[in-house]
Amino acid sequence: MHYTRPTALQDVATHYCAGCGHGVAHRLIAEVVDELGIRERTLAVAPVGCAVLAYDYWNFDVTEAAHGRAPAVATGMRRCNPDKVVFTYQGDGDLAAIGAGEIVNAANRGELISVFFINNATYGMTGGQMAPTTMLHQRTTTSPRGRETRAEGWPMKVVEMLAQLDGTAYAVRCALDTPKNIRAARAAIKKAFEVQLAGQGLAIVELLSACPVGWGMKPVEAIKAMAGTMTAQFPLGVVKQREK
Amino acid sequence: MAHVLIDPQRCKGCHLCIQVCPKKILQPSAQLNERGLYPCETSDADACIGCLQCVLVCPDVAITVTDDDARATKQGTI
Repeated sequence: MHYTRPTALQDVATHYCAGCGHGVAHRLIAEVVDELGIRERTLAVAPVGCAVLAYDYWNFDVTEAAHGRAPAVATGMRRCNPDKVVFTYQGDGDLAAIGAGEIVNAANRGELISVFFINNATYGMTGGQMAPTTMLHQRTTTSPRGRETRAEGWPMKVVEMLAQLDGTAYAVRCALDTPKNIRAARAAIKKAFEVQLAGQGLAIVELLSACPVGWGMKPVEAIKAMAGTMTAQFPLGVVKQREK
Repeated sequence: MAHVLIDPQRCKGCHLCIQVCPKKILQPSAQLNERGLYPCETSDADACIGCLQCVLVCPDVAITVTDDDARATKQGTI
């Protein structure tokens, strides 16, 4: 019945646009870090993208990596500091486009890191261009007639792809739209940290997120649009959960 | 008794909380905040049942829910 700001979240306003899913994702991660009591030994790697300033918002140590290279940086941090809890926070441009090679190989090596992957189906920071995860028929500034498979291919299903790799211990897709789905996302984020603490392998949590400005919608419209279109092309749920 | 408090300077006026409140006690404010946005406000903070649905969807952690009367008085409800 009480709710106050988590300790792991600094008491500052974010630069994100109104209705942006990054704020919810930041808060959920901070809540879980507090709940698990790991704030003093948590290290994070921020992406290039809208969340590039995440180090200003979390109350633990956060570093920045070259575009898409967060899993490689996190690998080094985790291997040199086995007692730390290390996670990367990456958008779809960072993880699925320029950094696709890094995340695939980090997962294949079974690095003991948690990966939080924000999928808003567009490049938010640079002005709403098409991403690998842009949905079919979705209009962006670089797919003005809507994404077509003939020219641009299909939306990349990152979680299903990484679940194929033996090093991936936990792969799940959640959505940050309704209170119910946000509760499920919080549970998935907690599980991703627990998988790392248990030394099981790489854990990835894909968080479907709204980008109202990039989509050209009001925040309320964008959140409502997610349920019908986004979750149809990106089905929610646990894709892989390895017990050992 | 639960109280819902919205920080008008932190709120960016996305109005997502208004959609999920089961008691319908959240509404857009008629006054601009320092950012030049119309933040959300509570029409009846004491009618809050403490379900935390608004807190879950708020991207800006602008909402605090408490049942501590002293704190509610100190921070004020808008």
